[in-house]
Amino acid sequence: MKFDTIIIGGGLAGLTCGIQLQKSGKKCLIVSSGQSALHFSSGAFDLLTTLNDGTEVENAVEAVSKLDSNHPYSIIGSKFAHYAEEAKNLLNESGVAVVGSADKRAYKITPMGTMKPTWLSLADFSHFDNPTPFKGKKVALFSIAGFLDFNTKFVVDNIEATGATVKIINICLPEIERLRTSPTEMRSSNIAKVFQNENTLNALLSTLKCNTNGFDVVALPAVFGLFGPEPVKVIKEQIGTPVCLIPTMPPSVPGVRAQRQLRSAFERLGGTYMLGDTVVSTKVDGLKAKSLYTVNHVEEPLEADNFVLAAGSFFSNGLHATPYAIEEPIFGADVNFLEGRANWFDQNVFNKQNYMTFGVDVDSTFHIKKNGKSFENVYAIGSILSGFNPIYEGCGGGVSMLTALCVADNIK
Amino acid sequence: MNMQLNNISENNFEQCIKCTVCTVYCPVVPVNPNYPGPKQAGPDGERLRLKRGEFFDEALKYCLNCKRCEVACPSNVKIGDIIQKARIKYSAKKPSLRDIMLANTDFVGTMASAFSPIVNTTLGLKPVKAVLDGVLKIDKHRQFPKYSGEKFETWFKKHAMAEQDAYKNHLSFFHGCYINYNYPQLGKDFVNVLNALGYGVHLLDKEKCCGVALVSNGLINQARKQAVSNIESIRKSVLENHRPVVGASSTCIFTMRDEYPHLLDVDNSDVRDSIDLATRFVYRVINSGKVKLCFKKGPKQKIAYHTPCHMEKLGWGYYSTEVLRAIPTVDLTVLESQCCGIGGTYGFKKENYPTSQGIGASLFEQISNVNPDFVSTDCETCKWQIEMSTTYKVKHPISVLAEALDIEATKKLNK
Repeated sequence: MKFDTIIIGGGLAGLTCGIQLQKSGKKCLIVSSGQSALHFSSGAFDLLTTLNDGTEVENAVEAVSKLDSNHPYSIIGSKFAHYAEEAKNLLNESGVAVVGSADKRAYKITPMGTMKPTWLSLADFSHFDNPTPFKGKKVALFSIAGFLDFNTKFVVDNIEATGATVKIINICLPEIERLRTSPTEMRSSNIAKVFQNENTLNALLSTLKCNTNGFDVVALPAVFGLFGPEPVKVIKEQIGTPVCLIPTMPPSVPGVRAQRQLRSAFERLGGTYMLGDTVVSTKVDGLKAKSLYTVNHVEEPLEADNFVLAAGSFFSNGLHATPYAIEEPIFGADVNFLEGRANWFDQNVFNKQNYMTFGVDVDSTFHIKKNGKSFENVYAIGSILSGFNPIYEGCGGGVSMLTALCVADNIK
Repeated sequence: MNMQLNNISENNFEQCIKCTVCTVYCPVVPVNPNYPGPKQAGPDGERLRLKRGEFFDEALKYCLNCKRCEVACPSNVKIGDIIQKARIKYSAKKPSLRDIMLANTDFVGTMASAFSPIVNTTLGLKPVKAVLDGVLKIDKHRQFPKYSGEKFETWFKKHAMAEQDAYKNHLSFFHGCYINYNYPQLGKDFVNVLNALGYGVHLLDKEKCCGVALVSNGLINQARKQAVSNIESIRKSVLENHRPVVGASSTCIFTMRDEYPHLLDVDNSDVRDSIDLATRFVYRVINSGKVKLCFKKGPKQKIAYHTPCHMEKLGWGYYSTEVLRAIPTVDLTVLESQCCGIGGTYGFKKENYPTSQGIGASLFEQISNVNPDFVSTDCETCKWQIEMSTTYKVKHPISVLAEALDIEATKKLNK
């Protein structure tokens, strides 16, 4: 089969690139080896919250000039603000309604109840313009009995530490209790599927309404709206008090929803998405890639003019760590990493980790390289890139989307 | 350090990093909480079972074997295979008479075809349905697919076999139980389309049911015997006669390519790549540029394509949708891929009926939102489920193609 562009990896970076290319009339295929890391996202996208030296970033647009020259944002250069705006528009057009802007930091709440700086938040979940939104407020925190992926006590302690009072109210609905038959399956996405039923949602609403008198904020775990914004909309409309949805431990309902919405936007534009397939070999002529071969399609080549590597980092097997080296398994591309395994990580898991900055080496137009020479038609985007630390710098979502848009422009 | 390099576990189960993505895509759990879910039933439970087999949980029977957990897994863990293998290895439960009947599509099919008018009428009668429901625990809401009076093989030998040697190219057709006993028309459509494309169609020396229903009902020894027999016939076709083996059912083909080696330990590595699905085979013939197609004129047809679970696992939905899109009169909508709930014989069992319909509900809703002229899919049991649960008819893509092509004109073009 023949396409204009084949994108390897169907997460945030791959889908952003695919949507942008389909919009410009290119025929794209996304090959994705399993579901993406969006399933663990908190429902917010980071752009740049901290510089490598620890300086906090208030305005990302102004701060990018201070990044190292090998940071993906430095490669994008002067079009950073343009692509940040375009990324926000792309999400909104694809049905993932977001709020936030590149020149002013906003805040998200974590599954632990702490506040962290961020860029774009899903409009119908929670978004804050300051780090202490609950200060001086009375919060009713509803906790679902038996739901272990929501750490009620941590959340309460962390919210109260910002000067709020929190009351825990337990919800116990028969429809949800049913799920506890298999306690391991009491997970956010399954609960969200049960709340998809109108009667169950109404039962919840009556419980909420009885218990919200005298509170300034109603806080709930984010277990609503797996298939669309409807349940969250209904809850917000029916509860007079402001509602705050707090992300849970994975799987993330807002993350899964964003993945579904982006995939269906890509497919609506005519893109082909193949899930659960893995590239096993490539046909390359010099520095020009011709086709891919996969587990599922065996002898049938997947041919294209351009290829985009959006396979993610270690979790998604875009990068492969052996005891001695970091490898890129598909094209065998050059990878930037430090020699000596001891230099890869810090024993304290919460410290800055060097391995997070490892990834493929690219030229000024994001072409991957082999033995120092650029491929003619293979690009890399997203977390497979090197030169940035998505956790420490708070820039994972931004790097995925902005490099995807930049490469889409290079291909168009 | 070397241990880390060489650490490969069966079905990749040690690669599970407990990310929980599989639990999002299991169709069973939200409607039947008695099922422990893919992560618990699969890699998590396997750790315990490896320690002591008594940790095996009979609730693993609620797994539909849809493999959607495997398709979703970012770490390439063969979750579905782990679950099915555990059932094979540890389950102490003997299959009931009902399960044996449902699983033996070959034997029951042969008997039923011979007496089809009686069987078809009888199976539809209220008292019979009550007995099936009450005694055998086959849900009364279910209609058995009608048995055909003349088996496909009988028709083929009488009307088509003689002329097949005249073609330039040749293949063997794995028709499967459904075409043979219930719906020979799809087999006739297959022969027409492949003849028109210049391929002579032949039967295998000996075709047995692929065995998928035997596996899911715990009749493993019988399944393995049939697998060995089929692979022997396939070997003869592929290695001696140089004829690939092509079938119309995504589940039969998936079973013979992947479940034979993974679940039944029947090695097919020398012929696996020559076991192909009809739409994929036709797509590749059309795209080779070596054939020409002549379509009849006709009105536009609005079709909704449903991707069966095993098709999703094969990753081959693209071939079917592209074959449909190649038909000028077709206006195609591809439905969001999800399980229809039938799971082969699973949905026929009384205890699974509510689960089965609960799983399919959102698919039926998708279909009625599209409101197509008909639905198209490559799996016969999905067809039954959709036809039993909606007002829409279901056609195989090969039948859609057979009806759209001017068979005689196309045949002349590819002589």
